[in-house]
Amino acid sequence: MAEAFHFELVAPERLLVSDEAIEVVVPGTEGQFGVMKGHAPLMSTIRPGILKVRRPNGNVDEYFVRGGFAEAGAEALTVLAEQAIPVQDLNAEEIRSQIQDAEEDVKDAKNDEAKQAAETLLSQLREVEAALKAS
Amino acid sequence: MASLKDLRNRIASVKATQKITKAMQMVAAAKLRRAQEAAEAARPYAERMETVLANLAVAYEGREDAPALLKGTGGDQVHLLVVATAERGLCGAFNTSIAKLARDHARRLIADGKTVKILCVGKKGYDVLKRELSQHIIDTVDLRSVKQIGFKHADEIGARVLKMFDDGEFDVCTLFYSRFKSVISQVPTEQQLIPAVFEKDENAEGVVYEYEPGEEEILSDLLPRNISVQLFRALLENVAGEMGAKMTAMDNATRNAGEMIDKLTITYNRQRQAQITKELIEIISGAEAL
Repeated sequence: MAEAFHFELVAPERLLVSDEAIEVVVPGTEGQFGVMKGHAPLMSTIRPGILKVRRPNGNVDEYFVRGGFAEAGAEALTVLAEQAIPVQDLNAEEIRSQIQDAEEDVKDAKNDEAKQAAETLLSQLREVEAALKAS
Repeated sequence: MASLKDLRNRIASVKATQKITKAMQMVAAAKLRRAQEAAEAARPYAERMETVLANLAVAYEGREDAPALLKGTGGDQVHLLVVATAERGLCGAFNTSIAKLARDHARRLIADGKTVKILCVGKKGYDVLKRELSQHIIDTVDLRSVKQIGFKHADEIGARVLKMFDDGEFDVCTLFYSRFKSVISQVPTEQQLIPAVFEKDENAEGVVYEYEPGEEEILSDLLPRNISVQLFRALLENVAGEMGAKMTAMDNATRNAGEMIDKLTITYNRQRQAQITKELIEIISGAEAL
């Protein structure tokens, strides 16, 4: 049995989770990574995606997160997300409207750099939508 | 001398006013609790953000390749003042004291020959500042219709400030708001947003983090976010402060109205008795004359 460590999920408006967790899977900018107790200190920005938390009682909670960063240490993991919504509270429309916004951004992008950034965001959001449909 | 009827009317009107101020005080008290909770809930995020950024910023101190948001544009000719006040009045000196701090700052800058641009958030600050500095005010953000301030409102303002910065419209950005210390004490505060200033944490733990992606990317990702976060915090503190100030102001108003009613009632009673006495004298002296 893996040991528990302290996990915090913070949104600008409120503290969503501050509890024990066995394992947390974070959608990092450069790929998903799992965090367990004793993780090496790591700081990573996050991309839009689903964050999975496995609790000591075996339950798995899922949150949609967007924008922000994660700070992992040996004893604790803190995720600061600009937007964080429990997956069960998330409706398909919310994602769809975000995808629409992203599509507009791609169209409106003035230079290649902005366009690329917008396209990346769009594809990430599409992934989330697909993942939600599958589950 | 006011007649009895006049006095009665005045007492009635002061009573009506007292009822209103009393109601406003109770509304403010209820809102204060919510605003305070919101401000407290937002604190962890802002604080974590600041610690992380402070750690990162130390590494970039004095370096040429530091992001512009951190080291500034190099000049300090054009100043942008973001003045966050309440949308409504009747809260004592709350709005005035923020506006006053901003005005003094602006005056100093103008005296030094700098260019000043002002972005007002909240109508009341605009009302005060437009008297003297109207040609400096570039715009006002109206949050009047907003019931509960969300992160997206702050984000909109933040995006605007960043866009102006990217377009080279100013060199230094300072935010003015009121820090909520307690219900009876709100401290007008100025905070420099761009270039970002961080309090140095001397006893920062010596943990070496692995950064993913690189430090630079993280920093350039977080600095713009930090602007919105700081704005958000300022707005929430402002709402809590406004409600606190309003509660105190309305409490005073209610008490003053009470005192006024007491005074007026005494005058009214005296006059009524004087009139009765006068009438009696008239009757008696009339009877004696017969």
